[in-house]
Amino acid sequence: MFLLAIDWFLIIEKLVLVAFIVTLSMIVAMYATYGERKIAGWMQDRHGPNRAGPFGLLQPLADGGKLFFKEEIIPSVSNKFLFILGPALAMVTALLTSAVIPWGPSLTIGDRLVPVQIADINIGILYVFGVVSLGVYGIMIGGWASNNKFSLLAAIRGASQMVSYELPMGLALIAVLMLSGDLQMSKIVAGQLENGWNIVYQPIGFLIFFVCALAECNRTPFDLAEAENELNMGYHQEYSSMKLGFYLFAEYINMFISGVVMATLYFGGYDIPFVNEASWGIADYWLSIIGFVVLLSKAFFFIFMFMWVRWTVPRFRYDQLMKLGWKSLIPLALVNMLVTAAVILWLKK
Amino acid sequence: MLSVVALFGALMVITSKNPVYSVLWLVVTFFAISGHYILLNAQFLAIVNIIVYAGAIMVLFLFVIMLINLNRESEPNKNRWIRMAGAVAGGCLLLVIVAALKNTEFNTRSAEVVTGDIGLIKNLGKELFTTFVVPFEISSILFLSAMVGAVLMGKKN
Repeated sequence: MFLLAIDWFLIIEKLVLVAFIVTLSMIVAMYATYGERKIAGWMQDRHGPNRAGPFGLLQPLADGGKLFFKEEIIPSVSNKFLFILGPALAMVTALLTSAVIPWGPSLTIGDRLVPVQIADINIGILYVFGVVSLGVYGIMIGGWASNNKFSLLAAIRGASQMVSYELPMGLALIAVLMLSGDLQMSKIVAGQLENGWNIVYQPIGFLIFFVCALAECNRTPFDLAEAENELNMGYHQEYSSMKLGFYLFAEYINMFISGVVMATLYFGGYDIPFVNEASWGIADYWLSIIGFVVLLSKAFFFIFMFMWVRWTVPRFRYDQLMKLGWKSLIPLALVNMLVTAAVILWLKK
Repeated sequence: MLSVVALFGALMVITSKNPVYSVLWLVVTFFAISGHYILLNAQFLAIVNIIVYAGAIMVLFLFVIMLINLNRESEPNKNRWIRMAGAVAGGCLLLVIVAALKNTEFNTRSAEVVTGDIGLIKNLGKELFTTFVVPFEISSILFLSAMVGAVLMGKKN
């Protein structure tokens, strides 16, 4: 019987956390579409959506409803099973990453210490990296199953771009790992609380990571997978109704999650700069909530950066994209890694 | 359960008519194998298996298969002799594997002795850079030479 003593509290706690974070990602992604259009409007001196509700705030709901009720067309020459699997995979891989992110300082409920993190596995960063590398499948399967030349071309572009940009991303991450000496996300954040944010030590690493995050999310200037003037629409050309919605939605969830990951890795996670919030002497659930809000606001800042870049920089040509990835970013990331290693070795001597 | 998934996936890899399905089943198989690694508490191995095999190599496979667009009409009819030769070659491989495995004992003991943290990244790294440093460096040089060779062949055209 002793073996079967399941910690029910743990299961409930994790379930609540999972439900909360998935819902939160959905809502943030939903309003990121609104934010995107508002920011685009603002940058191009337009109004943006302003008809549905006050300031157009109900626009995402209206869009979602429209997508749900649209007619669903599955092309007769497509591969039905894979056609449905594609957007599902895109959505799942977009949401999976949130599992290892520490969302705030630990809570105390009763006499239990509850970490605000779904799974604090000791390979945290590698997990993020693994899920990102799986994100290619949603695009590739969707593009191939549509049985359309343009979709296939776009899917192949997207896949080769993501595979290429994973390398500098990984090399930039290695430098962060050398600083923190651990792969566990919670320890990386804890290390930054002690020694200051990683951005101070790794400005080049952050730049590389940011560019690669843009590429991994298929955002402009790297949105070659959906270059409408050469590929009609991209890998999701044959999709309609909510399947198309899933692809578009997955992109916004990816943006949110990569914003959170960047905040966690380089900007101290839930840390408030220049302030020791533990000395305020308020209850620790307030600290958790404040930390959570701080992390979210950092993530929103990155989402804003993504949008800013999108409406400022034109799209790359394909050969320019590959040249940037393989001939500039990878050598830069390698040099950054070596210099970091040398400096750490020198300081430790 | 995981073993069932792994075996079923591996069977589907070779029985699927469509090469794209074969690749996808192979990805499923890799996931099942990673699950086994996690059960053995070798988390690093599991995640690297996913990143490298499922995330990179299989994507390239998929890439090539999608580009050459194999289907039943375009595939040339293989004649009987080729099939026979394939069967003989496969049989030989099976024979070699069985012969190699015949004399190994199932040393289940060693699994009990291990404390369970051998697969964690810290121990793995220490082992790689102390006990096994020479094979490790030699294999990395092998990869480097393969990369240089590939680039050279690409440049020729």
